[in-house]
Amino acid sequence: MRLAVLGAGAVGSSVVELAADYGHTVTAYADSQSAAVDADGLDAEAVLDRKATDGIVGDDGPADALDAAYDVLVEATPTTLGDAQPGFGHVEAALERDRHVVLANKGPVAERYADVRALERESAGAVLFEATVGGAMPVLSTIDDFDPEHINAVRGVLNGTANFILSRMGAEGLGYEHVLAEAQDLGVAEADPTFDVDGTDAALKGVIVANVLAGDDEEYTLEDAEVEGIQDIEGSALELAAEDGRTVRLIAEVAGGSIRVGPRLVPENAPLAPTGTRNIVQLETEHAGRLNISGRGAGGPETASAVLADVGRLPEL
Amino acid sequence: MSDSTEEVRSYTLRLELVDEPGELLRALEPISNNGGNLLSIFHERGNVTPRGHIPVEVDLEATPERFEGIVDAVREAGINVIQAGAERYSETLTVVLSGHLINTDLSDTLSRVQGTTNATVTDLSLSAPEGTEDASSARIRLATEQGAAEDVMATVREVAAEKDLRVIEPLAAGGDL
Repeated sequence: MRLAVLGAGAVGSSVVELAADYGHTVTAYADSQSAAVDADGLDAEAVLDRKATDGIVGDDGPADALDAAYDVLVEATPTTLGDAQPGFGHVEAALERDRHVVLANKGPVAERYADVRALERESAGAVLFEATVGGAMPVLSTIDDFDPEHINAVRGVLNGTANFILSRMGAEGLGYEHVLAEAQDLGVAEADPTFDVDGTDAALKGVIVANVLAGDDEEYTLEDAEVEGIQDIEGSALELAAEDGRTVRLIAEVAGGSIRVGPRLVPENAPLAPTGTRNIVQLETEHAGRLNISGRGAGGPETASAVLADVGRLPEL
Repeated sequence: MSDSTEEVRSYTLRLELVDEPGELLRALEPISNNGGNLLSIFHERGNVTPRGHIPVEVDLEATPERFEGIVDAVREAGINVIQAGAERYSETLTVVLSGHLINTDLSDTLSRVQGTTNATVTDLSLSAPEGTEDASSARIRLATEQGAAEDVMATVREVAAEKDLRVIEPLAAGGDL
């Protein structure tokens, strides 16, 4: 397949780097200011080098990437809420051209799921978004394999930064602020970790799962989620939990049409109490009990793997 | 596995004691001597029966087989067993509350949860690292009737919201996921 990759962050650049390894060609690559376009395929190393040294990917404008020759548009620009722009506009442009879309950007499917599905119905192209939930973990494709109608609930630890902070607080008896600063020093937490620690990031993933489970019956957005973060967790709460063989984890729970994210008590050796940045998702299936999927929920090559797995699932146009 | 008869379950024993010193101990000894684990004792001194007996409600954990032996042993000790075997409290819920627990009257918080729901506090652990004036946390174990966990949680949430306390809820009733 020929890929146009929008977004030059960790995920977009990893897709460009790894595409050839999966037998695909990158014909366009853009960040918010610039683009490189070549119908015969870009030299991945050259464009990545140029982005690293000059801060731009090429001499074309971002709009040229949208108009380039490609089969699949990979949308890896930063997630935005509300109208989910500019990501949503990119999805719209590609589908109107009857191209496929693979999303790493959560905005369009968390905030405008029905709009995306409506555009998809009118298009010869399809939209896949495995990378939006749980990084490398095959969560959405597994739900799809099982058929959403045979899944009763989905629970998971879907934010590595929050999980790292809670596991350090629990293991070392340290306070939230101390551990957060440490996580920032280690590069586990971003300079502005708000979306990670206030539950927004986990909630967006929960909303996407809820949309997939509901099919076209019901649409969910971030507004429908009940969200609580980990900023006010007292160290003493983790101590008390530990005395009782439990710990606290930020859990996203999707069941019966409700989406809930918040700190919850879980047995300390339970699958839902992973340590460090590890993520896990539990599917409650109707006929096959509980299924656990765990792995790396974030990172450039990890999330790019999910993007490229989606590309591999798409039919020829 | 949950089908095993060896699984420990929660039971409630309703007893009537003669109002004499040592009676309560005499009623409880056969329970612990026969492998029962006492969870809570509710001694209703202010609620004397027409015959002048004091009702006592004992919550305990035991395997079903041992529970039969316990009831026999209590009766053999001459204690009046009014009700046995009805599993009144069969689910447990553990929650952690954080905030100004002491200043907002922790015992009132607990009484309200117990008073408005079919739940009883079976364990309480408090951690107040900064002294009682500052934020502290408490771990509370509640025994509830089968199927009442969600109602109990709703009450806990309501009382906590009113007192500006933070609740860390279990993932599910029983919390064993």
